[in-house]
Amino acid sequence: MANSSAVQLNGIVKRFGGLTAVHRMDLDIEEGSFVTLLGPSGCGKTTTLRMIAGLLEPSEGEIVIKGRSVTHTPIHKRNLGIVFQNYALFPHKTIFDNVAFGLRYRDVPRGEIAGKVARALELVQLPDMGDRFPRQLSGGQQQRIALARAIVIEPDVLLLDEPLSALDANLREDMRVELKRIQVHLGITTIFVTHDQSEALAMSDRIVVMSKGHVEQVGAPEEVYRSPKSAFVARFLGNANLVEGRVGKSSGETVSVAVEGIGELLVPASRSRGIGEGAAASIVVRAEKLFLGAEDDTPHADALSLPGEVTAVDYQGQAARYFVEVAGRTLQALNPIEERPFRRGDRVNAVIRGRDCALVPLEDRP
Amino acid sequence: MTGWNFLRLYTVAVYLFMFLPVAVVVLLSFNSRQFGSFPMEGLSFRWFVELWNNDAIVRAFRVSLLLAALTAVISTVLGILAALALVRYRFPGKNTITTLLIAPILIPEVVLAVALLLFLRWLDMPRSFLVLLLGHVIFTLPFVLLVVQARLVAIRPEYEEAARSLGANPLQTFFAVTLPLLLPAVFAGMLFAFTMSFDDITGTMFWKPGGVETVPTQIFAMLRHSISPEINALGTVMIVVTVALPLIGMGVARRLAASRS
Ligand SMILES: Nc1ncnc2c1ncn2[C@@H]1O[C@H](COP(=O)(O)OP(=O)(O)O)[C@@H](O)[C@H]1O
Ligand SMILES: [Mg+2]
Repeated sequence: MANSSAVQLNGIVKRFGGLTAVHRMDLDIEEGSFVTLLGPSGCGKTTTLRMIAGLLEPSEGEIVIKGRSVTHTPIHKRNLGIVFQNYALFPHKTIFDNVAFGLRYRDVPRGEIAGKVARALELVQLPDMGDRFPRQLSGGQQQRIALARAIVIEPDVLLLDEPLSALDANLREDMRVELKRIQVHLGITTIFVTHDQSEALAMSDRIVVMSKGHVEQVGAPEEVYRSPKSAFVARFLGNANLVEGRVGKSSGETVSVAVEGIGELLVPASRSRGIGEGAAASIVVRAEKLFLGAEDDTPHADALSLPGEVTAVDYQGQAARYFVEVAGRTLQALNPIEERPFRRGDRVNAVIRGRDCALVPLEDRP
Repeated sequence: MTGWNFLRLYTVAVYLFMFLPVAVVVLLSFNSRQFGSFPMEGLSFRWFVELWNNDAIVRAFRVSLLLAALTAVISTVLGILAALALVRYRFPGKNTITTLLIAPILIPEVVLAVALLLFLRWLDMPRSFLVLLLGHVIFTLPFVLLVVQARLVAIRPEYEEAARSLGANPLQTFFAVTLPLLLPAVFAGMLFAFTMSFDDITGTMFWKPGGVETVPTQIFAMLRHSISPEINALGTVMIVVTVALPLIGMGVARRLAASRS
């Protein structure tokens, strides 16, 4: 295990004066994996990344890269590739010189530089740009060059801080696929920072969900999405309804949870976070798992079917997001559209299946 | 409407009052006769030739050029270092140091001149070329600092961080990235320092050792004896140096800036 870990954070803390931006963080990043730090703005993602990079020194704790403690190693001796949000290509150097920059400070024989640069430019699919200056390139192209510059030095770890957020929506999705392709091709350990949950879900092997300087959950995208550890994680990824209930009997496979005005749901025990009988907890019902049907639909055997009324519709083309009033609560439902979307005021049946739900502890109320 | 016209006229008059004498000096420097009167009776370069043959003036010119060049180089180096420290690093007493470095702009030059002189007296240090140079560096440094600082603030630290992440140590980063990006400001600051030093008279009068003259003090000395047409020629040379040089410099700086952003 220790052998295959590329980056280890051992209890790192970062304080800025009185403010603690990162609280005692432990993390083990496997060699060759794509790990995303995900969280809202200000939760300490950049601070964590900058500590790994060597641009900030942790107030406490230790950082280990490839088995070597680098806590006090200056950035230029860490052999990392960094891609910045605003590319940070050197404006006074050509694309070739930008990409070759890192090679000149390494023991790369002069004759090999051109070949390495050419291969890196090919990898990012901009082979003929060497003579241009950064300002002559579009944003997306600059981002690719920034990536080429970071990977040409064959870094131990690639660090990216919100690299796609400066691009417009279409380009962002293309770059997402592109970036993942290159990462898989090179097998390079990558730490990616974003506040965009769809980026995180699409690209990561593991997601580290952060909130207010704490790690909320670490896991594979599916795991974090399907079995959130906390109300925060449930809310931050996708659209979730959180409904308060009381935990009842456990049958081994499932846990029964009683919800006032709705009834009893059987939530899988594997997603119940071990919350004990008698405790109050929140049930997470994903919007895409709340199925709306016509009022006269036949009830399902393993599901609760509740009468409700559509109060608002957010039409999205292939799907629609509905706000439904059910038993005095407003719930969100994200459903594909069969023939026509429901309209505001329609009476519907909202169907909840216990096996689609997860259980999380109640939120701390401040 | 008449109010505006009056204002316009007044403005023109003020500018005439300021620049007409300068124009007259330049014109008369090409006059072929000893005593200037309009209309001029002939054009000639004889006063420039006499200037060239006047040892005292040529010596003063050399002193001025050397002084201004050294001042420009030293002020620029110090200005860049100070700007880097003030913009890129955090340390206690930063505001006080900024104020101290900028202070020479705010203090009247005579006061600065006397203060430095008293300080040197207290140190028992005689006046020398080095003292003169020190004085010029002190009062030109704030200008270089302000110009370089303004540019440095606009250069995002990510460029330097990127360079360091790629393996360049801090010194290599400075020469490969920071300095090239700063160059327009460095150039402008250097020219500023050069021209300010070149035509300074107040401080120079106080600090210069006996027997050493710069062009401005030389002119001043000559004026005390007589009004010679040579002075017109010298004035013209001064104007060319202190106006044309910065103009050319600004042009170059603008070119540099355009190719670097
Ligand atoms: N240099 C700094 N000085 C003081 N506070 C900082 C500094 N950098 C970040 N912070 C604070 O630390 C917290 C985390 O910031 P950051 O890591 O940039 O968040 P994120 O990248 O997740 O948006 C924020 O509250 C921010 O204001
Ligand atoms: Mg950030």
